[in-house]
Amino acid sequence: MTATAGTESDTTSDGMKLTLKIWRQANPETPGAMHTFHLEGVSPDMSFLEMLDVLNEQLNAEGEEPIAFDSDCREGICGMCGLMINGQAHGPEVTTTCQLHMRTFSDGDEITIEPWRADAFPVLKDLCVDRSSFDRIIQQGGYVSVNTGSAPEAHSIQVPKDAADRAFDVATCIGCGACVAACPNGSASLFMGAKITHLGELPQGQAERDARVVNMVGQHDHEGFGGCTNIGECTAACPKEIPLDVISQLNKDLRTAMRHGH
Amino acid sequence: MSHPPRPSGFRSGDTVACVATPTLIKGSRSTRSTIALKLLMAVTGLVFIGYVLLHMYGNLKVFAGQEAFDEYAHHLRTFGEPMLPYGGLLWTVRVVLLLSIVGHAYAAFALWARAGRARTQKYVVRKAVASTLSSKMMRWGGVALLLFVIFHLLHFTTQTVHPGGVTESPYERVVNSFAPEYWYLTVIYLLAMVALAMHLRHGVWSASQTLGLTNSAASRTRANLAGVFLAVVIAGGFALVPLSILLGLVD
Amino acid sequence: MTEFTSDVDSHPDSPGQDSDDAVGYYVPGEPIADTKAPGGPISERWNTRKFEARLVNPANRRKLSVIMVGTGLAGASAAATLGEAGYVVKSFCYQDSPRRAHSIAAQGGINAAKNYKEDGDSVHRLFYDTVKGGDYRSRESNVYRLAEVSTNIIDQCVAQGVPFAREYGGLLDNRSFGGVQVSRTFYARGQTGQQLLIGAYQALERQVNAGTVTTYTRHEMLELIVVDGKARGIIARDMVTGEIETHLADVVVLASGGYGNVFYLSTNAMGCNVTATWRAHRKGAYMANPCYTQIHPTCIPVSGTHQSKLTLMSESLRNDGRIWVPKNKADCTKDPRDIPEEDRDYYLERIYPSFGNLVPRDIASRQAKNMCDEGRGVGPEVEGVRRGVYLDFADAIGRLGRDAVEDKYGNLFDMYARITGEDPYQVPMRIYPAVHYVMGGLWVDYDLQSTIPGLFVTGEANFSDHGANRLGASALMQGLADGYFVLPHTIRDYLADGPFEAVDPSHPAVVEARRSVEDRIEHFMTVQGTRSVDSYHRELGNIMWEYCGMERTEDGLKKAIDLIRGLRDDFWRNVKVLGSAATLNQSLEKAGRVADFFELGELMCIDALNRRESCGGHFRGESQTEDGEALRHDDQFAYVAAWEFAMDEGLGAQKPVLHKEDLTYTAIEMKQRSYK
Ligand SMILES: Cc1cc2nc3c(=O)[nH]c(=O)nc-3n(C[C@H](O)[C@H](O)[C@H](O)COP(=O)(O)OP(=O)(O)OC[C@H]3O[C@@H](n4cnc5c(N)ncnc54)[C@H](O)[C@@H]3O)c2cc1C
Ligand code: HEM
Ligand code: SF4
Ligand code: FES
Repeated sequence: MTATAGTESDTTSDGMKLTLKIWRQANPETPGAMHTFHLEGVSPDMSFLEMLDVLNEQLNAEGEEPIAFDSDCREGICGMCGLMINGQAHGPEVTTTCQLHMRTFSDGDEITIEPWRADAFPVLKDLCVDRSSFDRIIQQGGYVSVNTGSAPEAHSIQVPKDAADRAFDVATCIGCGACVAACPNGSASLFMGAKITHLGELPQGQAERDARVVNMVGQHDHEGFGGCTNIGECTAACPKEIPLDVISQLNKDLRTAMRHGH
Repeated sequence: MSHPPRPSGFRSGDTVACVATPTLIKGSRSTRSTIALKLLMAVTGLVFIGYVLLHMYGNLKVFAGQEAFDEYAHHLRTFGEPMLPYGGLLWTVRVVLLLSIVGHAYAAFALWARAGRARTQKYVVRKAVASTLSSKMMRWGGVALLLFVIFHLLHFTTQTVHPGGVTESPYERVVNSFAPEYWYLTVIYLLAMVALAMHLRHGVWSASQTLGLTNSAASRTRANLAGVFLAVVIAGGFALVPLSILLGLVD
Repeated sequence: MTEFTSDVDSHPDSPGQDSDDAVGYYVPGEPIADTKAPGGPISERWNTRKFEARLVNPANRRKLSVIMVGTGLAGASAAATLGEAGYVVKSFCYQDSPRRAHSIAAQGGINAAKNYKEDGDSVHRLFYDTVKGGDYRSRESNVYRLAEVSTNIIDQCVAQGVPFAREYGGLLDNRSFGGVQVSRTFYARGQTGQQLLIGAYQALERQVNAGTVTTYTRHEMLELIVVDGKARGIIARDMVTGEIETHLADVVVLASGGYGNVFYLSTNAMGCNVTATWRAHRKGAYMANPCYTQIHPTCIPVSGTHQSKLTLMSESLRNDGRIWVPKNKADCTKDPRDIPEEDRDYYLERIYPSFGNLVPRDIASRQAKNMCDEGRGVGPEVEGVRRGVYLDFADAIGRLGRDAVEDKYGNLFDMYARITGEDPYQVPMRIYPAVHYVMGGLWVDYDLQSTIPGLFVTGEANFSDHGANRLGASALMQGLADGYFVLPHTIRDYLADGPFEAVDPSHPAVVEARRSVEDRIEHFMTVQGTRSVDSYHRELGNIMWEYCGMERTEDGLKKAIDLIRGLRDDFWRNVKVLGSAATLNQSLEKAGRVADFFELGELMCIDALNRRESCGGHFRGESQTEDGEALRHDDQFAYVAAWEFAMDEGLGAQKPVLHKEDLTYTAIEMKQRSYK
């Protein structure tokens, strides 16, 4: 970060030159391969995805199909974006791909861009993957069963501030899948632990606590995610800095459920 | 092809065929989960830790001289008599250890295979940022330990391998084996201790995490420190014996 | 129409209105009225309606199906609730998971008349603030109901485990938001939308497990199916396989969000679109007040032509930051720290001494534009103009200390630094207004039903609750009110006529809807012109921003309509979409959306042209007071402009029919705003 006022105009003549190695794959069935592209005039103020937009404009003009990649909010909250950049999920900084900016890179860099790799996240095309396995994990209990209209007055439930704050901290997970992408075992424990901890911290989440953890873990395993070996690559890659505590909590909840005979 | 689960009974005349692709699993059991396997590893791992601590304590008796050491080895076999038969405790421990190693190794290999299946297409470029060397070595290091344990049993227990000659005195077996002329044995043992140290460094932390004991940043730091501490103490304690013999401090 | 008393002759096309700027661009139509809101005292209307709405026998619910387009607050909450009630629901979204709908991005908070602070809040006050905030252009019955159910929303969300901010005693915390005098905003740090949406998403996924809801992610609705005058389904494209699918149901709900992306650059997500509502509009649903757009003053400015979207920063920054530009154009490229105090123009403090930097959103936005138009903008020059003004915290840091400022705004400063690469603790921030929300949308009655029977519209996609400007923290409230508490009651009155006869997929209306979608895709894939979809979108956005943004004039709007029509024709002939329609194809997706934005943009300009008054977020150059402030014309424009789609074949362009819905206020008195 520099302390200068941004008076630079957007010049495309003297920006950075980059060599991009990007995974291309036509559809889920066809094998893919890495392709090399050259891009010039990249402004350091561009976001990583805007850099890819510019590449796509160039490809389109050259008659080559643009590269498919996912994004939506482009402000780091929806969790839609996610690329493996030089071997790191969301790139070298603790943020989402859409909030990574080109000033992190230097002129002449070679950047390798791959999709999230996990068999539970099959590649759909180029850099887009299918993360619906996350939704199915949530379907297995990542909620409090309360029908609309049946809720008691909000102030009838008091929640100690510590618990409320912790629940919030872990509820900020955006479901991006970087934890899975970064995990050497392809495990989704951090994602799952975040939800278990969020609901487990709150009084509202207690009634279904045992069933929740058993069913969510069951689905996790069924989807083909790997088991956790507590290495910590997930936390390091997580743009929301979800701590490893949540995996400990997940394990503890499962152990408790086991003791309760679930 | 993966799709969101399609409905199985939507009534109107849809054009979409109902493909039942990814399914929701019913009737999950906690005992059938990957976490159950992890718990098995953690518990059996703790059994090993308990055992190696005692084992190390016993080994250090070498420094008390031949008599004390042989006495100790004998005592291990007569412990609990007449309630237990001769060698009863030893056999009980052996059975527990054998079951543990089977359970531990089974879980390790099952999870290893699972991790392999979880990512069949590897990354072209991969940069690990948080992994410790120990954590990366758990699996191959574990295999090395298993091989070492087998070797160790062949060496000291069955004396199938007997570089320093077969003898009745455990003390002599130890001292003879680590004599300078069999320096390579010392190297094997020391390497094994490095492997053990690394396995413990990550294993202690990992077991704490698996058992759900590390629910805060502070407790995580403690678990990591405990890992380093136990690794140094146990591996160091074991290494003292061969090193001392090699250097001629014990004869 | 409210009684019209004016001695000026009215144009026959526009009774009640002095002006008829849009003459020739539209056809006057019959007035329209909301037939569903019961009369009587305003506080009784919702209860009456709930009671009068017919019930559906639980055993019959399994035989009734609902299509829900959208999984934002408005869609996910409704899908979950209808699923719980036992209806068969299909839920659609274009993202890969329902959890990613754009509601996730809302930062500030959600209003509710809980009066937990005992500071004089009430349902009536929330109602009053919302109507006033909307500059008296919303429908009072709807707004009152919104305020009424607001309290239930908080109960529901808390029960779901939404982690709202709490006080040390364990009770919920509130803050004051958007310039109102009571603290009624519930929040979850700066991520309220995310937490609320995840609550609704989880409720939705619970119903998927229960088998009542089926989710169709990466599916884009491309057409509405209307059979015998009733909405009976949609045509959607599976965005992965390219397959065109027909989905039929008994009722269709659009909760597809706002269309701010017609401006290309906005704070909306990349995929936000008008396609779902526009296709319904083309099939007969009226579009109401399309020109009502909300422009947010504190966004991070554009940094170059590569810019793909804009990022909002919380308005709370204006509480401590001071806004200024250099007095002299020559200083605009200087390091702001080197510009002496006497050469700075704190223009808001100068023009509005009593409100200063805390003037409402629209005024702050418009004055920033004025400064930049005068050539006194700062920051990078993009396409010849510097579009940015300083938001300076030097005083605040001096007064409160860096730590206090960091405590309050740390996360916003970090976000700013990440995006711009500048350190706001050292150098003043640069901000510029950006399109943020649209108040316009499909016309709905009190039941949230559009002019097509069986087509309901909720959330930002409808027009009903925010008038000409939206009060902060009330869009989240509306989305959840509609979805959890309003629609589930009103839709049952419609469904009570069921079970309905199933529609045959070979019905001509279905076949025709499907064919039109296929033809359009086929067209895009075969034009093979020379320009990318994005380049057209960007150009359309520039036209909209320039002529139909914060400030509008008759000449500008007419020019814009011509420009849009020309560009649209070129688009259809010259757009370049590569790849295949049978796989994931993002250019193709964008092409369809941009095609609809063109038509919407045209209608927005016509609507803006007709509305020769400054109201809410819009300044009409021709309607201002002597000192240049916005001038509203309640005598002429206190109506909802509901547009019916119509083409003028000769012109080859839209010539929509204007239906006016009079706005009458029984529980509140209309007042002009003043911030001087
Ligand atoms: C940056 C930002 C901050 C905001 N902050 C606040 C705030 O603090 N308080 C507040 O009250 N409001 C705020 N708002 C406004 C508020 O967030 C939105 O108005 C509201 O969330 C809209 O909800 P929705 O459910 O109507 O639509 P959305 O959440 O936009 O959901 C639209 C849904 O429709 C789907 N969809 C759209 N088109 C199609 C199609 N063609 N086919 C299939 N599916 C489709 C999408 O996939 C998505 O699921 C903010 C808005 C923005 C942009
Ligand atoms: C004396 C011998 C051994 C000791 C003391 C020991 C100890 C431990 C401990 C404490 C753990 C942590 C459990 C957890 O993750 O919660 C562990 C994990 C593991 N052990 Fe062992 N182990 C021993 C032998 C072996 C052997 C022979 C193998 C080889 C098959 C092995 C392979 C593993 C693996 C793969 C893990 C999982 C890695 C991880 O959790 O990060 N171990 N071990
Ligand atoms: S835990 Fe972190 S990395 Fe994993 S899905 Fe959630 S936000 Fe992404
Ligand atoms: S695009 Fe939404 S988080 Fe990156």
